[in-house]
Amino acid sequence: MSDIAREPARDLRDNKLEQSELAALLLEIWRTPSGWLGSLTSVDHKVVGKRYILTAFAFLVLGGLLAVLMRLQLAGAERKLLSPDLYNQVFTMHGSTMMFLFAVPVMEAFAVYFVPLMVGTRNIAFPRLNAFSYWTFLFGGCFLWIAFLFNVGPDVGWFAYVPLSSLQYNPGKRADVWAQMITFTEVAALAVAVEIVVTVFKQRAVGMTLDRIPVFVWAMLVTSFLVLFAMPSIVVASTSLILDRLVNTHFYDTASGGNVLLWQHLFWFFGHPEVYIIFIPGTGMVSMIIATFAGRPVVGYVIIVLSLIATGFLSFGLWVHHMFTTGLPQLGASMFTASSMLIAVPSGLQIFCWLATLWDGRPVYRTPLLFVLGFFAIFVLGGLSGVMVASVPIDMQVHDTYFVVAHFHYVLIGGAVFPLVGAVYYWFPKITGRMLSERLGRWNFWLAFISFNVAFFPMHILGLMGMPRRVYTYTPEMGWDHLNLLSSAGGAAFAASFALLIANVVLSLRSGALAGDNPWGASTLEWATSSPPPPYNFSRIPVVTHRDPLWAGGGNLPVVAGLSVERREVLLSSIADAEPHTREASPEPSIWPLLTAIATTIFFVGSIFTPWSVVWGTPPIAIALIGWFWPTGSKEDEE
Amino acid sequence: MKQTIVRSVNELPTYGFGSRTGPWWGAMAFIALEGMGFAVAIAAYLYLYAVNPKWPINSPPPDLWPGTLATAVYVLSVIPNELTSRWAHKLDLRGVRIGLVIMSLIGLALLVIRGFEFAHLNARWDLDAYGSVVWFVLALHTTHLATDVGDTLVLTVLMFTRHAKPRRFSDVTDNVFYWNFVVIAWLPLYVLLDWTPRL
Amino acid sequence: MVVWLRSGLTVAATCVLTSCTGWQSSFNAQAAQSEEIKRILLIFIAVSTVVWVAVMLVLLVGLIRGRPLREQRLDLDEAFERRAGSVILVAGIATTIAVLALSVVSYGAQRTVFANDPPVVTVKVTGHQWWWEVQYQADSPHLGFTTANEIRVPVGQPVTVELESADVIHSFWVPSLTGKMDLVTGQQNRTQFTAKNPGVYRGQCAEFCGMQHAHMAFTVTALAQDEYRRWRDQQNQSAPSPSDPLSIRGEQLFRGRGCGLCHTIRGTLAGGQLGPDLTHIASRDTIAAGTLPRNSGNLAAWIADPQHIKPGNLMPKMPLRSDELIAILHYLEQLQ
Repeated sequence: MSDIAREPARDLRDNKLEQSELAALLLEIWRTPSGWLGSLTSVDHKVVGKRYILTAFAFLVLGGLLAVLMRLQLAGAERKLLSPDLYNQVFTMHGSTMMFLFAVPVMEAFAVYFVPLMVGTRNIAFPRLNAFSYWTFLFGGCFLWIAFLFNVGPDVGWFAYVPLSSLQYNPGKRADVWAQMITFTEVAALAVAVEIVVTVFKQRAVGMTLDRIPVFVWAMLVTSFLVLFAMPSIVVASTSLILDRLVNTHFYDTASGGNVLLWQHLFWFFGHPEVYIIFIPGTGMVSMIIATFAGRPVVGYVIIVLSLIATGFLSFGLWVHHMFTTGLPQLGASMFTASSMLIAVPSGLQIFCWLATLWDGRPVYRTPLLFVLGFFAIFVLGGLSGVMVASVPIDMQVHDTYFVVAHFHYVLIGGAVFPLVGAVYYWFPKITGRMLSERLGRWNFWLAFISFNVAFFPMHILGLMGMPRRVYTYTPEMGWDHLNLLSSAGGAAFAASFALLIANVVLSLRSGALAGDNPWGASTLEWATSSPPPPYNFSRIPVVTHRDPLWAGGGNLPVVAGLSVERREVLLSSIADAEPHTREASPEPSIWPLLTAIATTIFFVGSIFTPWSVVWGTPPIAIALIGWFWPTGSKEDEE
Repeated sequence: MKQTIVRSVNELPTYGFGSRTGPWWGAMAFIALEGMGFAVAIAAYLYLYAVNPKWPINSPPPDLWPGTLATAVYVLSVIPNELTSRWAHKLDLRGVRIGLVIMSLIGLALLVIRGFEFAHLNARWDLDAYGSVVWFVLALHTTHLATDVGDTLVLTVLMFTRHAKPRRFSDVTDNVFYWNFVVIAWLPLYVLLDWTPRL
Repeated sequence: MVVWLRSGLTVAATCVLTSCTGWQSSFNAQAAQSEEIKRILLIFIAVSTVVWVAVMLVLLVGLIRGRPLREQRLDLDEAFERRAGSVILVAGIATTIAVLALSVVSYGAQRTVFANDPPVVTVKVTGHQWWWEVQYQADSPHLGFTTANEIRVPVGQPVTVELESADVIHSFWVPSLTGKMDLVTGQQNRTQFTAKNPGVYRGQCAEFCGMQHAHMAFTVTALAQDEYRRWRDQQNQSAPSPSDPLSIRGEQLFRGRGCGLCHTIRGTLAGGQLGPDLTHIASRDTIAAGTLPRNSGNLAAWIADPQHIKPGNLMPKMPLRSDELIAILHYLEQLQ
């Protein structure tokens, strides 16, 4: 016993090392192994984060192309570009791709990349789980799209209401593909949520007390909790749907005691927080960008953080407003009117804080700020139409019409995508070391802003004129064709704005101006290291004494010494006041997360075809997991 | 950026127990999401219970003895579990090995009892919505139980190899902690599955 | 750019105007319920517009106002921070009051929209993929009848619609009369409206229900009361027996070719329940749930190849010679 309890004697620390020597030693232990095989083993949060961001944007392009197809079909009455069968697959794929393969993953991807940098640590918590999460997401997304290319794309809407998605009304495998894609993406999202929570709780730099955490990190913390508490509901829903379809259970079979509204409750108990899972990270980005380009800290930090938390709590009390027309008891529905409207209050408070910040600051009109200003105009409108649909009588008219399509595109594109594109312009220099072109950026913004409104504003009117959602065509006498044509033109231009963004990225990667560590003069820790950051993020872990460390330090960064340079080590600190207490080992690269993801994929895809996959699919996963966790005898494992 | 060393962390330990470790918080997060999964499954059960005038719909309630026996074993298992935790905190390798072997055996025994629980539900999953939801709830907890038993078995083997280093004792305490959650999660499910149909 | 914007505005303006008159528009309110919804919709739109403009103005002024250059970014003016904090809190409280007030407005409207007056007419509507079965219920069984896709109601009297689904979830929505209500599998919902003016109001399924969700329309026609009674009595009749040789042949073919397995024609042996009741098909304005106007050409085209007109619908394509088609068509057109 005394044998194994003794501290190992060999132990080289960073105390006395020169900067160059320190960097060389850290690089050696933290770098991703070379070669293509080595790159598959990477557990560096920046490598995984970059892959995650790129993959999510690839799905954005695919989902966007589907949107263009739909707009072409609807540009005029009775157009025959898409058959009804294909149109239904296309709109289902558009919604599912945008929600599950783009919006949620891209926000988590930004968190995977930036949260460890912003809190001043060397890697995310559970880096192998992180790698596993990415591979699972990638395989799940590819699975959905390959199925679509083989004409087995889901055609039941992104909400897959029963009984339309039951075996009786949807024979074949299309609904199974949808349900299992959900399982893939939920596993991936839950994994990242766990990592973010633990990273923020335990791996913050010395002295980064709760009231010094950057707002984006707070936003991602709240988002991660929403994921933890919302996603189990959709896992239960999609699993029970598959069971109904595969082994003849009766959850949703009204003839045998099942109930179809149970599905809607389970779906929307997840589905409404889902909106905030997408929107809250966007508000975090807005806070960061506004502080930097107004040249002062955001006004009302405490109000903003409390608003984020309040939004998180309230988001679980709104789901019934998606079900106002299902014949629920009046009294219950009325309660959800008030709660749905009240969520406008924390969002409003945040907006007031940002307005005050811009009021007092001296705005620098670079592209990231332009996108944030666009966010104001669009998101506030979307929020107000959200207040409208919270009213039961109004919702009874506009529910499932193009008014709602307009509303949530204003909220999601305005509230999440505009801040996200702003964030791409803002953080691209950190990720790549090069600036994006400002000139192209301005074109990008104005094209996106104008075309977005041209595409989506008319939809409000179409909805009020009686145009329902999810129709593949309409007759000329409805009088909807002019507005639809206008909307389609706007949609095409909006798609072009993303082509501009991609062009900007490609051009700037080759010839953009060099960024330097902190091109915008920002205040948070991700700007305290080089661009792009080295594999170990910081040569020494920062000591934080102020909410805006880089503005308070005057070009000097206080740091700690005493960490190992012989093994991957991260500093753990206490939750509230971030006092360091442990030098914990951080896992080294491993191929097992990829193998586990492959085994999981075989299990999930197999389960669409036979329940026996649960039997033969489990041992490979178990073996892969043992390989993942079994010690290899490296220093990270043994101390 | 220019760096100034203002603080030393040379003296900090390389491992800790409980809330001072990352894995403990990871376990907490997983407990939160799995707990939510159980809560949603229970809610689904109660929803179906509420909308159906007769419950169970077409079958007798489950036989009581397997669930009750399992509940007794779960509750009693907390004692060796806590002892294992104590030994781990003391870095007592022999004690930990004994404790883990006992916990592995208890886990395997519970999996066997689980087989009887399924056999005595008195309703197949494809009988009606009642059968579906009881199988679902029980299967959810079985997955939960089986993964923890698997984890315990691997950890037990690990503690008999050269890898039984101080950090592993922290893993043992996390495993103990997680087992307590398996037990706590079972108790409401026992009431739900075995007693709600008798109301 | 300017030209383009201006033409866009013109189009938008004309569309806003047409939206008030369109025959499936929420703003073309023709019943007590839809008028109430329209009233609060306008209140909400007005409040929203004011709030949006106010926020944008504050933002604009905040951006263009001159202010001193700050040497140090953390060099904040304590007085401003305090003042800003109070203004934000006041604005937050104002927001809370505003949304609570809007909630109250909404509750008030709910009382009208969900009013439960004793109905004069009760219609049971059953949703099918992709058409509407309409059953008129009466106190005595022989006064009830079934039709499809076209509902007629008396003006000025409360009408209750009982909603059920034969398969998946649908949603009953006639914007001119009231908001939508779903037809949920395994449960019965109800909705009520009181039409104020005679007219034909179009409705459409509003819950995605599969391949032909887009082609699941219907109409509600509000008639003067005596006119309504006449129509009801006429619908109550069984189908007239075919009189001329061609329609006699058509009637035989209708049964012989299996049409009667799915369709009912009251007074004949055709009693199928899967498709729409055709007893008075010739008195309807449209076929295939509002997909086409009912005229000889469309009806013939439909019978000849329903899958071409509405792919995926449950009616199979029957191999018919052209003389057989003409006979069936002729028979159906007798069914006034």
